[in-house]
Amino acid sequence: MLDREEILETLRMILVERLDIRTVTLGVSLKDCASSDIDETCERIEEKLLSVGERLVSEAQALEEKYSIPIVNKRVAVTPVANIISPAVRELGEEEAKEAAVRAALALERAAEKLNVDFIGGFSALVEKGFTRGDEALIDAIPQALNSTQRVCSSVNVASTRAGINMDAVLRMGQVVKRASELDYMNCARLVTFANAPGDNPFMAGAFHGEGEGEAALNVGISGPGVVRAVLEKHSEASLGEVAEVIKRTAFKITRVGELIGRELSKRLSVSFGIVDLSLAPTPFPGDSVAKIIEAMGIERCGAPGSVAALALLVDAVKKGGTMATSYVGGLSGAFIPVSEDAGMAEAAREGAVTVDKLLAMTSVCSVGLDMVVLPAKTSASTVAGLIADEAAIGVMNNKTTGVRVLLAGREGERIELGGLLGYAYVMPVSERSCEAFVKRGGRIPSPIHGHRN
Amino acid sequence: MKKERAVITVIGEDHPGIIAAVTSACAELGINIEDLSQTVVQGLLTMTLIVDITGKELRELQRRLERVAEEQRVKIIAQHEDIFRYMHRI
Repeated sequence: MLDREEILETLRMILVERLDIRTVTLGVSLKDCASSDIDETCERIEEKLLSVGERLVSEAQALEEKYSIPIVNKRVAVTPVANIISPAVRELGEEEAKEAAVRAALALERAAEKLNVDFIGGFSALVEKGFTRGDEALIDAIPQALNSTQRVCSSVNVASTRAGINMDAVLRMGQVVKRASELDYMNCARLVTFANAPGDNPFMAGAFHGEGEGEAALNVGISGPGVVRAVLEKHSEASLGEVAEVIKRTAFKITRVGELIGRELSKRLSVSFGIVDLSLAPTPFPGDSVAKIIEAMGIERCGAPGSVAALALLVDAVKKGGTMATSYVGGLSGAFIPVSEDAGMAEAAREGAVTVDKLLAMTSVCSVGLDMVVLPAKTSASTVAGLIADEAAIGVMNNKTTGVRVLLAGREGERIELGGLLGYAYVMPVSERSCEAFVKRGGRIPSPIHGHRN
Repeated sequence: MKKERAVITVIGEDHPGIIAAVTSACAELGINIEDLSQTVVQGLLTMTLIVDITGKELRELQRRLERVAEEQRVKIIAQHEDIFRYMHRI
């Protein structure tokens, strides 16, 4: 029989500590939509998404009711679109190819709107080693594609431990971020540049349906920083070994809910259950914060000395607890440290406790990278490229995923409202020393020696 | 048919008639109560009921309990038991 204490604990997590399923993301292969004609490609994309994703939102809502747990986002991720438009742009000039890629983005947008999903990810290219015609067209089209859509998310993988860092792609992405920000800085909230991007990540902006995935798969992203923080506050005297243990136990419980939702929803949609992503994803709501977890461990303000160690403990414990709770772990799995989406982090940035350099250091142990950081509008494309190169190097050398999602807006110290779950941010200073000569050298930084494990 | 249960949790200021209202709602829908426990701490009631919903519509029970919650001015949540089983058991 169920234990009354356990029932009340679960309810407290949901009602008070904001436990929710952050996202259910349906990955859909678009491989069979490629055609030598872009209009036909777009038609096939829309048609396929509408048929495979038709019941995603309604079935997810039925589960929300059944278990009384919110599923905050319902999303779709598709095969990197650069691969799908390749045959259609083969014979086209640069400008026409770019327009064709924008048309594909608009097709994704229309499908997302009809399916009533929050976001659709996969306006993506994987270019860690080089560019195809389709990749080039897609990357050129990103600023315009984002600016003419609301729900389309874009990601580009520029590096991997196995291939090294494609510095030509790094520079181009610096320019893309700059251009997209000039059109509207909010565009860049839907754009991430990756190293070692996983093909089953359910979180935006970086979700896409990877190479090697099947026709369709349902991936689940859990949440729950508020739950972990609340538990830690009850153990303020515990040693760090005990802290790790408490986090593990909590992560287990959170992940089990993700496993339940993933299994049942994939069954209802008749698609395979992909993975549970064990990431702790913060929101701007009070207390639902990764920064506050770090502070609950005894760091006065997130970003102070000790923050990297505290974050490392957290990420490792979450993974250990979560791994026991699900059959398939995947995606990014760890803890996100976005600045604007985490009220604790945004405040630490305002006070100068956490800086871009400290965030870079923290990304060597967190699950992604420089995330939702607002840099001054005047920041140059080459400086953004330099930051991307640094993040990529951390990812490549540590054999982990890293990413950069930065927005260029306002002046240093200015408060920028991003709205909804994106929260707010204070514009953070970044070194004005130039790295232009470095990033313009181009070429590939070779993969590290430990990338060759064969 | 596999047995299915739901957990009903009632939280709110204690006053006469809450148990009667919740249990009659279950009875009206032909839903059997398997376990019931409650505590009142400083006037705040928390009550949990485990009910058999095999062959019944959980949604229908939830809708009915929404009305009870409104009438009794308490919070009532009815969830399929699997969320508790999954979270606390392997």
